[in-house]
Amino acid sequence: MSASLSRDEVAHLAVLARIDLTDAELDHLAPQLSVILESVASIQGVADADVPPTSHALPLTNVFREDVVEPCLSPEEALSGAPAQEQQRFSVPRILGDEQ
Amino acid sequence: MTDLRRSAADLAAELESGATTSVELTQASLDRIAEVDGSIHAFLAMNADDALAAAKASDERRAAGTLASSLDGVPIAVKDVLATRGITTTCGSRILEGWVPPYDATVVARVRAAGLPILGKTNMDEFAMGSSTEHSAYGTTHNPWDLSRIPGGSGGGSAAAVASFQAPIALGTDTGGSIRQPGAVTGTVGVKPTYGGVSRYGLVALANSLDQVGPVTRTVLDSALLHEIIGGHDPKDSTSIDRPLPALVEAVKEGASGDLTGVRVGVVTELGGEGYQAGVLARFHESLELLTKAGAEVVEVSCPHFVHALATYYLILPAEASSNLARFDAMRYGLRVLPDGIEAPSAEDVMRATREAGFGDEVKRRIIIGTYALSSGYYDAYYGQAQKVRTLISQDFAAAFERADVLVSPTAPTTAFAIGEKVDDPMAMYLNDLATIPANLAGVPGISVPSGLADEDGLPAGFQILAPALADDRCYRVGAALETLLLEQWGGPLLDKAPALDGETR
Amino acid sequence: MTTTQETLVPFEEVLERYDPALGLEVHVELNTATKMFCGCPATFGGEPNTNVCPTCLGLPGSMPVVNRKAVESAIRIGLALNCSIAEWCRFARKNYFYPDMPKNFQTSQYDEPICFDGYMDVDVDGETVRVELERAHMEEDTGKSTHMGGATGRIHGADYSLVDYNRAGIPLIEIVTKPITGVGEKAPAVARAYVAQLRDLIVALGVSEARMDQGNLRADVNLSLAPKGSGLLGTRTETKNVNSFRSVERAVRYEMQRHAGVLDAGRAILQETRHWHEDTGITTSGREKSDAEDYRYFPEPDLVPVAPSREWVEELRGTLPENPTERRARLQAEWGFSDLEMRDTVGAGALGLVEETIAAGASPAAARKWWLGELARRANDTGAEISDLGVTPAHVARVQALVDEGALNDKLARQVLDGLLAGEGTPDEIVAARGLAVVSDEGALSAAVDAAIAANPDVAAKIRDGKVAAAGALIGAVMKEMKGQADAGRVRELVLEKLS
Repeated sequence: MSASLSRDEVAHLAVLARIDLTDAELDHLAPQLSVILESVASIQGVADADVPPTSHALPLTNVFREDVVEPCLSPEEALSGAPAQEQQRFSVPRILGDEQ
Repeated sequence: MTDLRRSAADLAAELESGATTSVELTQASLDRIAEVDGSIHAFLAMNADDALAAAKASDERRAAGTLASSLDGVPIAVKDVLATRGITTTCGSRILEGWVPPYDATVVARVRAAGLPILGKTNMDEFAMGSSTEHSAYGTTHNPWDLSRIPGGSGGGSAAAVASFQAPIALGTDTGGSIRQPGAVTGTVGVKPTYGGVSRYGLVALANSLDQVGPVTRTVLDSALLHEIIGGHDPKDSTSIDRPLPALVEAVKEGASGDLTGVRVGVVTELGGEGYQAGVLARFHESLELLTKAGAEVVEVSCPHFVHALATYYLILPAEASSNLARFDAMRYGLRVLPDGIEAPSAEDVMRATREAGFGDEVKRRIIIGTYALSSGYYDAYYGQAQKVRTLISQDFAAAFERADVLVSPTAPTTAFAIGEKVDDPMAMYLNDLATIPANLAGVPGISVPSGLADEDGLPAGFQILAPALADDRCYRVGAALETLLLEQWGGPLLDKAPALDGETR
Repeated sequence: MTTTQETLVPFEEVLERYDPALGLEVHVELNTATKMFCGCPATFGGEPNTNVCPTCLGLPGSMPVVNRKAVESAIRIGLALNCSIAEWCRFARKNYFYPDMPKNFQTSQYDEPICFDGYMDVDVDGETVRVELERAHMEEDTGKSTHMGGATGRIHGADYSLVDYNRAGIPLIEIVTKPITGVGEKAPAVARAYVAQLRDLIVALGVSEARMDQGNLRADVNLSLAPKGSGLLGTRTETKNVNSFRSVERAVRYEMQRHAGVLDAGRAILQETRHWHEDTGITTSGREKSDAEDYRYFPEPDLVPVAPSREWVEELRGTLPENPTERRARLQAEWGFSDLEMRDTVGAGALGLVEETIAAGASPAAARKWWLGELARRANDTGAEISDLGVTPAHVARVQALVDEGALNDKLARQVLDGLLAGEGTPDEIVAARGLAVVSDEGALSAAVDAAIAANPDVAAKIRDGKVAAAGALIGAVMKEMKGQADAGRVRELVLEKLS
């Protein structure tokens, strides 16, 4: 498995991550990222198939809350950081995608 | 006249004896900040009025005999990655410039409820990604020992504030060493609690499975006092431990006796040697000598998978971070930038332009790597594999803790390097975290205690002590013992040897 | 916005050449008091952004905590659907960007759903079809956008959007079928019956209002065609915006015809998401996606695994209502319906309504008569579901009671129904407001009968002669005079009395 990233691959990842990288950044980042990737690729084959993955340092399970209402933010607090708002809602530029 | 060089515990005693008041102490801290922070740049936002009001309330409680905590009235600085209601919280990033959270992080709420006036928010590497604070969008912080050098990162602001007596104590966060490494290079104490030991609610997440909030102080006792205030179960954090903290302050008092008879101290082979500065190693070995004289039994242990810790960390962290940072999209809070040359930009256009303008280089690098590591076709090889190697690292710790009660190493491979020296070389920067990263991967607690000054450059180095998960008290006991022994050897605190700062009279 | 002329192959022809395979993904919005991961109220409606907190707004630093009740509801749904309940499972992040998703990832479940491998036996025109289920898992709902500035209020052509996050974080259970094959021409009916009966089951569990018109039951329809007898699965399309049982059926039918048209022409089906339009009865293509969406799933690190103990699962199994097949058999016996009558009731999606109407005091026969007769007719005319007409079982029972009392006759009852459909109030209010009560004043009736007899001497003579059948004309005259507000039977009695 190749552990380097081409400029095109970086551009594709930037689209997935919604960052408009400039050409200069693409030129600059791709080699840096390749170096990092090469180094992290060193873990290939270190763990056998039967080693379980850890997603948590401590083995907690079944942490729940009861279905009881707790105080909310006021609409003013909720909207306090909004770059734009209208009718007590967050105003966002036109959405191109489909309804989800 | 308040001596701002005193520890928080001593200041609390002075408040108790009436030698000073919280208002006086808080004002003195604010004055000190005004005096020296121009050179240090530890603070991003000040909270003067609110701090003085809190100080006044503290003094009133004291008069009424209803103290809120052991540190009631002692001012504190808070790393800008923690949500503070009414005070800007930027995480060192342009994308959150001017953002004022409508809520407090749990640790902040506990600190306020304990009566500690919050002086202000401290500088950090953007979104806690870094080891030097050079990646802050608001300029770097300077090491009080040598202003041309880095104070460590990502929590350089908190460490520098405490090291330069602008605040007696501070809150930091540690994902791969961001409390401990700045502690080492500034001659202060820093603790990363057991994962889950302190609430993460309100901590802007970098890597959820690695992050912890912890104390940044000048003494081990101060860390224990602050840890006991902020720690413990939080129902708002599903990963927090539902058990009482061990008795940390008591462990400090036990350790301060200087007797470590029967304590097995394990030196980790893989956390030392090549890549470690000679002066750092020299101070490390001397500290080890002192512990032996105090009755500890030193053994060498090998944790063979630690050599993979850096790679594992730099896969897990970017993966989690890339997802955590997706929320910064210009829709609900933070920066909104309209792209050039597009007449009616769409939401997508605005998202992309904003994230481009609002995130710095290191953040972009890690988001890209994280996106890659999680993408289909690569998940098993990268993120999936890293989570397995993580298990092996935890197993190494478990095996090592059969043979030793604590594991030790130098906290960081080098002393503070020059500002600008490593900022363009990501891999070189990442190597600063070699010794601190394994603890975050396994979730075990760690403390960094100043071990002395390196001969080559006269700059501080740190001694790291790690313990099994939930055994934070062991870190405090052994840390306190070493601190006591070194204090004796030095004849006074290490920070007394730091050079004077501009405008400072000594 | 493209509406290229699609070639639709006649339905019967489709089946000559192709075998359809169906897949249904149904989202159920739970009726818990609070959201999936925070303590905000999970209520419908309300002023925008009043039921939000740092967690469901996705503010930096916020963290989720799992709602126990939602887990319970998920398990109960799974048990009712004959699923295995996971011994250990986790939440996962589904990463994609969309302004109504505050974190730009949805906390959902990926390869570890809480319920898996179940089935539901569906009654389709008297036949039982076993629909196999892949999984049921927990996830959270998104906020709601209102699109501003465009001509239609739809997303395309809008200038900007306003987002309300009240709905963000409300618990959803997603139920996914395995591919449903071998149903041939019944595919549209099977799809409809599945969704309708799944709804009944959800309502019987008490975990959701499950109303498609309110968005607390949502269905996405997947369809593919394969050459007849090939045993293969073709390329499928997913159709969204299917907002009623009727739409489910129509959308399946339409897509079958459309797919056949494409395949007959030798072209390939584009794997895509399509949008159903109830008004025009067609699907249109969603926006072409240049990047296949890679959701980059990974286990949610802010949550710990859910490991329901077997004791808890058994305890919840004990709270299940009887299963649909048992329930139907029991009700049929109780109500004395024939197989055909029962089948029609279930098929019309009226089972619950009939049951509630009987509980409100009507006889089974009367309940069936109204729901499957007049109300079904009205629903069909307007393209609505009978449950969405605004007429409640209590209303229907009251109308029948008034008829039984003699206060209304059938014709008047229908007028009351008009009033109910128009939202004029309760039956009693409508009777009063419209003055519809049957006149039972004997004096007035008698006078009216006398008047009719006097006005129609020839008819009266015939009746006196014994031609009782002629009474109809007089009865009609009296009813007209009384504006229908008389009991026709009593009028007849009076006519015959007076002319005997």
